[in-house]
Amino acid sequence: MSLHAKEPAGTQADAQRYAKLLDWGTRLGLIALVISFSAYLFELLPPHVPVSQLPQVWGLPAKAFLEQTQTPTGWGWLALASRGDLSNLIGIALLAGCSLPPLIALIPWYLRRRDRAYAVVCAGIALVLLLAASGTLTGGH
Amino acid sequence: MLECRSSMTDLSGLRRKWRLAMLLFAMVFCMPAMAAGSAVPGSTLPWWFWPMALFVTCFLIGIVAVPAGIGGGTLFVPIIGGFFPFHLDFVRGAGLLVALASALAAAPMLLRSGLSSLRLALPLALLASISSVAGALLGLALPASLIQTALGLIVLGIVALMLMAKKSEFPVVERPDRLSSALGIHGVFIDGASGKTIDWQVHRTPVGLVLFLAIGVMAGMFGIGAGWANVPALNLLMGVPLKVSAGTSGLVLSLVDSSAAWVYINRGAVLPMVAVPSVVGMMLGARIGARLLHVLKGAVIRKMVITLLLFAGIRALLKGLGVWV
Repeated sequence: MSLHAKEPAGTQADAQRYAKLLDWGTRLGLIALVISFSAYLFELLPPHVPVSQLPQVWGLPAKAFLEQTQTPTGWGWLALASRGDLSNLIGIALLAGCSLPPLIALIPWYLRRRDRAYAVVCAGIALVLLLAASGTLTGGH
Repeated sequence: MLECRSSMTDLSGLRRKWRLAMLLFAMVFCMPAMAAGSAVPGSTLPWWFWPMALFVTCFLIGIVAVPAGIGGGTLFVPIIGGFFPFHLDFVRGAGLLVALASALAAAPMLLRSGLSSLRLALPLALLASISSVAGALLGLALPASLIQTALGLIVLGIVALMLMAKKSEFPVVERPDRLSSALGIHGVFIDGASGKTIDWQVHRTPVGLVLFLAIGVMAGMFGIGAGWANVPALNLLMGVPLKVSAGTSGLVLSLVDSSAAWVYINRGAVLPMVAVPSVVGMMLGARIGARLLHVLKGAVIRKMVITLLLFAGIRALLKGLGVWV
């Protein structure tokens, strides 16, 4: 079974579709990151941990840092997303999650072409990403 | 003839720019190294020095990492972990995000140009994503000195691998295996350096899948991405042309590192002041690196990356063992 004719990989429709959605997701994440980090640096949003105090805590292990700065784990940062430093996690979450839309978009695309194996592979990766993000696998909650 | 001369001039111009970039890299790389002695609480350096040095260092790492096909995290973790004052937990968290950002920045362009194969990447990424989550959980549970020592050994192992392993620009695959045939994993790409159109297919896919399970664990545990292992596995084991291996490796990394990065985010091991300057610098650098992938010779890229990794690996090992803290 050969689902793709021998053509340059970049001209394949699935790759094009995936690339387009991934590109947009990446740009969105990067823009969010730049805006939130600028707001953080120029103190437009008050930080959870003042920047001047960071050198005293950025050498600590993550667990000790969280205890000392009373920063929540898991998705707890969302409640504090108006703080300059934690607002950056919005852009970081967008970047870590921007592969999801192209993967999900490819599932019906592959199913329509009776390429069930690749629909299952895409669904599998999307599931791993969702479970990791939810904190179910990672004990973040 | 004129076209040939023009392309030669373009190429030598690019090489000059490349050498200049490497010189800048060396200068910036030395800056935090020299300052490392005062990178302890009570340092006389202002707080903003470190994020700024991070940004410039990552921009240059981004340029180097994509054409080398090793992922930005492979260079980032030993260099930043060795010469910057941040705890290794935050460096690994940022390292995964850096590797992810580098891969995300390059993946759309590589997919469109045919240097990255979606059909090859997806099955490998499924297994590696699962194991990368396990690796990240394990990495955050182990002591930092143990991780630092193991990181140094792995980085030196990567150097040995790069020095000893033969690379094949266009491996010959006589017959594809059954699994790759069933999945339709094959393709054609046009090599920008030689102008040749290359047909490729793969073999030993089941072994490749098992290998990517192990690669995922290391990527998650050390936060170093896994391009250094992806490229030889794809090129030498599965018979994928070198440039397609490098391009596809980036796509696999974008999925594997996303899964592992969530573990670090959920465990609070992502510090924006470390992660954001690194990510932004790497993404900007990676866009330039992806453009250079078409025109640079593999041997030139390898030599520069081996030198950088050797230095960073020795530093990580000595720091982990408490010899050079």
